[in-house]
Amino acid sequence: MNTRIATAVMLTSALALAACQKKAPEELPPAPEATAAPAPTPASTGPAVGSMEHFIEAVGRANTVVYFDTDRYNIDAEDSAKLQTQAQYFSQYSNVTFTIEGHTDERGTRDYNLALGERRANAAKNYLVSLGIPASRIRTVSYGKERPVALGSNEAAWAQNRRAATVTIN
Amino acid sequence: MKFLTALAPLIALAAAPLAAQNQDLGEPMGEGQEVEAVAVEGDDGDGPLRGTVSDDSSLDDLGIAIPAFATDRNVSTPANANGTAALGEELARVITANLRNNGLFKPTGPDSLPKPEFANITSPVWSTWGVRGAEMLVHGYVRARSDDRLTVGCYLYDMALQQRLVAEGWVVSPADWRRAAHKCSDLIYARLTGESPFFDSRIAYIAETGPKDNRTKRLAIMDSDGANHRFITTGRSTALTPRYSPDYKQLVYLSYVDGNPRIYVYDIGTGRQTLVTQSENPTFAPRWSPDGRWILYSMAVGGNTDIYRVSAQGGRSERLTDTPGIDIGGSYSPDGSRIVFESDRSGSQQIYIMDADGTNQRRLTFFGGRSATPEWSPRGDQIAFTHIAGDFNIAVMNPNGRGLRKLTNGWQDEAPTWAPNGRIIQFFRTARNTGATSLWQVDLTGENERRLPTPVDASDPAWGPILP
Repeated sequence: MNTRIATAVMLTSALALAACQKKAPEELPPAPEATAAPAPTPASTGPAVGSMEHFIEAVGRANTVVYFDTDRYNIDAEDSAKLQTQAQYFSQYSNVTFTIEGHTDERGTRDYNLALGERRANAAKNYLVSLGIPASRIRTVSYGKERPVALGSNEAAWAQNRRAATVTIN
Repeated sequence: MKFLTALAPLIALAAAPLAAQNQDLGEPMGEGQEVEAVAVEGDDGDGPLRGTVSDDSSLDDLGIAIPAFATDRNVSTPANANGTAALGEELARVITANLRNNGLFKPTGPDSLPKPEFANITSPVWSTWGVRGAEMLVHGYVRARSDDRLTVGCYLYDMALQQRLVAEGWVVSPADWRRAAHKCSDLIYARLTGESPFFDSRIAYIAETGPKDNRTKRLAIMDSDGANHRFITTGRSTALTPRYSPDYKQLVYLSYVDGNPRIYVYDIGTGRQTLVTQSENPTFAPRWSPDGRWILYSMAVGGNTDIYRVSAQGGRSERLTDTPGIDIGGSYSPDGSRIVFESDRSGSQQIYIMDADGTNQRRLTFFGGRSATPEWSPRGDQIAFTHIAGDFNIAVMNPNGRGLRKLTNGWQDEAPTWAPNGRIIQFFRTARNTGATSLWQVDLTGENERRLPTPVDASDPAWGPILP
């Protein structure tokens, strides 16, 4: 398990680095100047245990978010597989505390969506607790329809927004 | 000394939550002044004429001439840089805009009318106005008092009868001069329609800016006509769903200021706020009782949301619902005896009714689709709500759950709030894809739908009662 994660960490670090280089720079880069090649980064440094980066590298980004049907909050087979992956991580790193954010799509009234987001976050939390993760390590927060990730007004976008996202705090 | 040192961290700890609660608030604004009613010039003590209006055509077509309010002496006033004469014109403009924007009557404003003399306010020169085809004539005056406050008189005349229908006067502080114009609008509206007034009131709402996935949402307030706009929160944290207390001294609303959704009671005079209940659980959907003694809020415990009531003075909360599922919101009947609320205990959002102590809960809506955000009319005769059947629209029904009438036809119209007289409903509309939001209002007949101008995007309107 440890070796697998370490390999995954190194692999995804390289990927992340590549991804960073593809991003448009936020500021103009400084004028080029001749410098010695940067010292190679020691292999031991990576994202800190419990950081969001570390969590994503260990479980895979797709496993950090579970999705729900319209107005539903049940954990289906796909969700439980994702939450089991999360549970392995949180079992291994038993000092890591985290938040589950509950969200809804925009096609609901505001108050109800806040309550529905809370219900979804709790559904994910309860599942993790059933897998042995102490409830005291899990905070829930609902954002209702306030924080969509997909911006369109169509079924595909709404499906992405009906979610419970696990976010580490450390 | 040792004692003090030991205590210091404790004090800091105790103070921290309060500081966190206030870090999103702007400067306190202090409480508004009350408007004092006074006898007006030419008031013979007999009170207004009680006869019916002589014109029998539709009220929408009723022509009303509203020339500039006269002043006895043009003197400087903090209410207008050009003195009381210019203020008199502004008063007539505000009244004209009020009536025109609400689709009431056919008002003609001061910019296309001659200016009456001060002496003629109580005895109009009928020949001047008779040729203009107006059925009703509004006259008024503004006079600066020695204490810097203003006396504003408002007169409504029937042109055919050549008689005064009603007259009232008010003393206002210069900062509140628009309230005199709203009072005069209310006087005209109430006299001609027989309905209760609504112009002299305020609206709390959420001002929205920024992209759809990173909206800044600020608590804001404004007069019923959009004037005197003011932000209460800075926008550092998301604010949602405000409601004015019936006396306008407090606002309840949801804020993420400590990172969690929590209901706060904000005191307008002091600019301070407190949690509606001391709990680690999220709280939503705050509402006032009509007498201002109770606050309803909804709280999720372990993902299950129920409705609670707490005294506005604080103290223990009382749980009113206990079904599995989401019970949320709530709106009192005008007499405070019953509450309509929303619940998905049947499997989808529907409207339920209960006694104010939580007993006798039963479902009201069986329309097909979902029914949400019920708001009881201040008149008691209708309940407005969001009807979700494909699209989201504003609808009304009788308090017995029958007589469904759909009032709007948008893609997403939600969260109705009533004008103080129960004749107009305000709501917010969300645009497809862009997520742009705006405030709208429609009258109870489904007519006169119009957008309210706001400085930025706007949602979650809450219309307060007539100002005290």
